[in-house]
Amino acid sequence: MTLKRYVGTRLVTMFGVLMITLLITVLLVGSNMDSILKQGVVFQVRSEITENPKISESFSSVDEFESFVQMQIEQRIKTLGLDEPWYSPQRIGLTMYKILTLDFGRATFLTSDSGSSDVKEIILEKLPRTILLFTTATIIISVIGIFLGAFSGSRVGSIVDRLTSSFAVISSSFPVWWIGMLMIFLFSFVYQIFPARATPLIPSSDPNYIGSLLYHMALPLITIVMIGFGSWAYLVRNFIVGIMQEDFIIAKKTIGVDQKKIIYSHALKNAAPPIVTILALSLSGSLGGAIITEAVFDWPGMGRLYFEAITVMDLPIIIGATYILTVFFLISIFIADLLYGYFDPRVRVG
Amino acid sequence: MSSVTPTEIKEEFFKNKIGIAGIVILSILILTSIIAVITIPVETFKEWNNPGSWISYPKVAIPVWVNLFLSEKIPEHKILESPKINYDNAENISVTYHQFGINFDYDDFPNDFIYEFSAKYSGSTLLQMDIIRPDGIHLKLLSTSLPNLDSNSIHSERIFSTDDSIKKNLILQSSKFSFSLDNLSAEDIVFSKTEKQEPLKGNYVFLIKMYGNNSENKIQDSKLIIGGKAFGIMGTDELRRDLAVGLLWGTPLALFIGLVVSIASVVLGLLYGVYAGYRGKKTDEVMMRFNDVIYALPALPFLIILSVTISNSIFVLVGFLMVFGWVGIAKVARSMSLQIKTRGYVEAATMMGQTDSKIVLRHILPQLLPYAFASIAISVPAAITTEAGLSFLGLGDPSFPTWGQILHDANVYGAASRGLWWWILPPGVMIAVTGLAFVFIGNALDSIVNPKLKR
Repeated sequence: MTLKRYVGTRLVTMFGVLMITLLITVLLVGSNMDSILKQGVVFQVRSEITENPKISESFSSVDEFESFVQMQIEQRIKTLGLDEPWYSPQRIGLTMYKILTLDFGRATFLTSDSGSSDVKEIILEKLPRTILLFTTATIIISVIGIFLGAFSGSRVGSIVDRLTSSFAVISSSFPVWWIGMLMIFLFSFVYQIFPARATPLIPSSDPNYIGSLLYHMALPLITIVMIGFGSWAYLVRNFIVGIMQEDFIIAKKTIGVDQKKIIYSHALKNAAPPIVTILALSLSGSLGGAIITEAVFDWPGMGRLYFEAITVMDLPIIIGATYILTVFFLISIFIADLLYGYFDPRVRVG
Repeated sequence: MSSVTPTEIKEEFFKNKIGIAGIVILSILILTSIIAVITIPVETFKEWNNPGSWISYPKVAIPVWVNLFLSEKIPEHKILESPKINYDNAENISVTYHQFGINFDYDDFPNDFIYEFSAKYSGSTLLQMDIIRPDGIHLKLLSTSLPNLDSNSIHSERIFSTDDSIKKNLILQSSKFSFSLDNLSAEDIVFSKTEKQEPLKGNYVFLIKMYGNNSENKIQDSKLIIGGKAFGIMGTDELRRDLAVGLLWGTPLALFIGLVVSIASVVLGLLYGVYAGYRGKKTDEVMMRFNDVIYALPALPFLIILSVTISNSIFVLVGFLMVFGWVGIAKVARSMSLQIKTRGYVEAATMMGQTDSKIVLRHILPQLLPYAFASIAISVPAAITTEAGLSFLGLGDPSFPTWGQILHDANVYGAASRGLWWWILPPGVMIAVTGLAFVFIGNALDSIVNPKLKR
């Protein structure tokens, strides 16, 4: 299989997954969505008529007026295509097409910081903050992890190695969000260093906003890094241990190449493909975990938006956010696959 | 892949210290579950989300054992339910005495006291509440007439320490105290030294008398609650629930979720992967594409939408977790069965004309069993933390209190920033310890199955 063909099959699979995700989401929330849309139409028609007193004045009786309003509503529903049941193929197709083109409609309850209820605007406002927090965290985690992993991988059985391995095992069984609660308890209740809520109090138009945002970011960032770097170091360590037994490394050792040079330039270079792949995967994985972590720290990103949308059942936002999260997830899986295929030609053949 | 016999695994496993540690923790957890199921009736935990059934418990009370480490003892919350009962019938008047003794040995005043009773009487009756303090002082708290009942019927009431007439009665006796009682609440006066406003330690006796003119008058249920700030082994939460009940019951639930999800998804993934690998060619291709699709679905958002729209029942959730759990195992099982397929005995069996199902079940699957056990153990923590995460978001099954739900409530009521550590620490530690037990067992098994990782 050539690289082109490999990329092609991957792309088709990813698009298929995206479509399936969308279809399942639409099917799951469709009936609720339908009643919300219809209520919206009723509300719209009524408010238009009350804004225009002339229409109501032209009727002699209440019954006549009510039947006029009912007719208007039915007409509107028909023009919008809402008269068909929500599970009809046309409507599902239309909904999916709208979502594909990032037209998520209007949120039912939630608004963006600037007051807009357009789902696309809300998501665009929250997304950069999530990316800021989780990308920073992933970068720090991977840097610490790679160096600690390389260090303990080259000294198997040393104290550092044992500590790293046991820390990795222990930290991976603690939920990040629970550690988050403990961190809030420690650093904003016992020692009042960081704020408990990660949402800055000043409006986003303020010039100090960025600084305040970064200050509020500290606690979630420390937590994510603390829980994350152990398993990373463990992973890198295992790769290095495997590579250190390869013939070419042993040969280098015997001809007297410096140990440090062997680890950091030769061994790490060979461990790079799986490490880069896992980096791409863990970035997307952290986006999924963001839902709970952001809820704990009240970080104003996508995860908290998702959480809030669930609590008030704001379906347009749930659909929009699921879509965006899925897209990010798929893109990173795709990149990971590509990198793996690029670095390791065996994958393409197999 | 190596073929190891079960006895070898057993021997190797018991040489592994970490593995034994895992088994020990797991047995403790299983024991806890059994204790929970036996000692706490199902009805109690079904009432978990019913605020009415926790009404006589204190709000956010610290665990009692904290007092062992403090020099200034925090008052314990006490629920006294068995009074000393006396009757006295003289001439036309019958008197019922209910006497509660309490040893008050704390360095702070109680929060309040509540007397809860239901009395069966006829005609008019008078209820009197007095207290005899360790220093011998007799304080009159209350003297109130109960509503007139025609026949022998039941009247239930709660008398709170905040009752105005208690305060008035105490002010009338203010000469016994050498400080002003004006802005003090009833419990701060009753439990105070006379010379200055400081808790007086010792034995107090609450005396409840009911006067009536019918000798059949009776106080049926009689309960005195001295409201304190410490209660139970694990304390209570904002909704007055005894956290020990939730923590204990969380153990069998977590084990159930973790084990069912991981066993089912490993079995499912194993069968799927082995079948795909064994058949090969087009079947393999199609099955692996489907596997890719499930693999690429974002699990958490999906689980959230599913539990919001379909049902948040714990059993449905277990099913959903399985759907996302089998994918990785199927991939590994497939590549393993691809290897085993080429071995001589499988080819021999094929040539002898054995059916496919027989070859898969008899010759390929048994080879994968050690791997299967290791993956079951390793995938348990993920199932438990995912359920806990969903519950933490408020999507848990309200009829089963899990550790995640306790943490959800803790987060909603801001336990972390209010410093209520006993509400946050234990559930998380339980989640982590349960996860660790399985990680330990899984690692021990894994190092036997894959000797390469040992170094």
